[in-house]
Amino acid sequence: MTLMKHLAGAAATLALTAGAALADPAIIFDLGGKFDKSFNEAAFNGAERWKAETGGTYKELEMQDEAQREQALRRLAEAGSNPVVMTGFAFGDVLSKVAPDFPDTKFAIIDVDWLDMPNVTQVAFTEHEGSYLVGMMAALASKTGTVGFIGGMDIPLIRRFGCGYAQGVKAANPDANIVLNMTGTTPSAWNDPVKGSELAKGQKAQGADVIYAAAGGTGVGVLQAAADEGILSIGVDSNQNYLHPGSVLTSMLKRVDNAVYDAFKAGADLTPGVTVMDLKAGGVGYAMDENNAALVSAEMKAAVDAAAEKIMSGEIVVHNYTTDNTCPAATF
Amino acid sequence: MDYATLLQLLDSTLRLGTPLLLACLAGLYSERAGIFDIGLEGKMLMAAMSAGAVAAMTGSVWLGLLAAIAGSMIFAILHGVASITFRGNQLISGVALNFLASGITVLIAQALFGQGGRTPPLTGDGRFNPIVLPFAEALKDVPVLGPLYFEVISGHSILVYAALAFVPMTWWLLYRTRFGLRLRAVGENPASVDTAGVSVKGLRFAAVMITGVLCGVAGAYMATALQAGFGREMTAGRGYIALAALIFAKWRPWQALGATMLFGFFQALALRPDVVEAVVGRKVPVSMLDALPYVLTVLVLAGFVGKAIPPRAGGDPYVKER
Repeated sequence: MTLMKHLAGAAATLALTAGAALADPAIIFDLGGKFDKSFNEAAFNGAERWKAETGGTYKELEMQDEAQREQALRRLAEAGSNPVVMTGFAFGDVLSKVAPDFPDTKFAIIDVDWLDMPNVTQVAFTEHEGSYLVGMMAALASKTGTVGFIGGMDIPLIRRFGCGYAQGVKAANPDANIVLNMTGTTPSAWNDPVKGSELAKGQKAQGADVIYAAAGGTGVGVLQAAADEGILSIGVDSNQNYLHPGSVLTSMLKRVDNAVYDAFKAGADLTPGVTVMDLKAGGVGYAMDENNAALVSAEMKAAVDAAAEKIMSGEIVVHNYTTDNTCPAATF
Repeated sequence: MDYATLLQLLDSTLRLGTPLLLACLAGLYSERAGIFDIGLEGKMLMAAMSAGAVAAMTGSVWLGLLAAIAGSMIFAILHGVASITFRGNQLISGVALNFLASGITVLIAQALFGQGGRTPPLTGDGRFNPIVLPFAEALKDVPVLGPLYFEVISGHSILVYAALAFVPMTWWLLYRTRFGLRLRAVGENPASVDTAGVSVKGLRFAAVMITGVLCGVAGAYMATALQAGFGREMTAGRGYIALAALIFAKWRPWQALGATMLFGFFQALALRPDVVEAVVGRKVPVSMLDALPYVLTVLVLAGFVGKAIPPRAGGDPYVKER
């Protein structure tokens, strides 16, 4: 019976939200799901922070499959939500079709910087800089001299993570060996923890003792396998240090929460264009808390912080894979 | 490829092949009794969710396993009622159950834990932990066979060994017992079984229930041994690969072991592109390796590798009298 109540409740909520026409902001989460403990969850946290501070309400939708994208986007725009925030590059093509139909609605999209539309705000992060820092830390923490990287879907954005990471590893230990794997070539690669675990075990077999997972929900499996196998892992997007205290070396923070919070706060006055959230702007970084304090020595932290200073001052330029689709430190 | 790498691949094969093997045997019982079941995927998903949820709530993996079997059995009974009692189309019932499982597992997990359709991570007794078999440490240094025993055969969870034990058990049950003879007969010619005074419905329900139990074990293995909790759509199409393996194995238990382990080996290979590159000498797209099980199945169906003849009464609801 409770199940029926839930179903009925869900249907009623849908009907209500579809009818209301308030200028509330809205957010659409990509396939990994709102609670992927990573990318989408960071976006969710930003939205929740806005809600707690302003007392406002917002609408949200979770993608269940590829086919829903356009429909979901149109539906929120038609219902009067403003602005509509999308998490993920996969919305790029759909948005370029939908945005012109709703000239009075503001859209914000994360991880996209190639659209040129008067009502679209694009937020891009310099993941290569953040990944460089955690790559340095991985190389410094590794005892075997081999470190691993597990990406989600094989797309240029994820290669940007992997390339920045590889550069950081090489900067700290030029002789280090880097094992690179991608989970798959379809969006389901964001949500296959079993495969993530097997990949992590395979990398351990190849000698890796620190593995960086940039794979959304698949990363949960990577971190789990690393904890099971007694090696270190590095989380991504959100602070994932708490998932396996003592096993997660650090997390590459991508402040998607800030991006969502800012978009919600600006509301209908959102300025169009491209915003780049880099290391200097606090858009990326690495996570330190009580869960990984014992894993990161003072020297490691000092070395990484020094590199961060140099990146911010422009002394170190981390190569961005997506500018020319090549990587000086690794081959994909 | 050196010996150590091969052992790692085989180790991975056994882990990845086990859920396929369990699901394949599950399908074998059902299809041998004349009930096609494409709902293996849904049953495994339901079982994985039940196992993850109950193990997280009680902290006991064994209760989780029981819950997984119960959850899977509910779906098996639904399939049985739809396709045996009401003589519905077995394929449609199976597809419907897959859809139902895909939605309802997330819904229940969300209602229980509020973590986006995930169950909380399991620790300690909430999981099936690896078992080190006797003498594994001592025999480790014996050349060739020692590492094989230590790396590949030892160090899996109990469900892996259970799955392997189910293979001879299934063979014995199907080919050496009266129940097995009748079960096979009901899939070939139910009218003759009926003439002999044995209940067709009863036999078919029994087969479908066994399917439920085995799918339950498969789901529990995924959620509590391979992983530490349930995640949305975590079976990721393994139920369908198991069906392909069943055709490849021509509906026979020992061949099912071979087919699922072969498919598991392909999956393991797909995860190690470096090994494939070293052996073949050039880069092979990972998606090609992922597609291999399906390609092989198509080859078998097309008659290139022997002939796969399904149970003759498969898919037909039994009508006693017209």
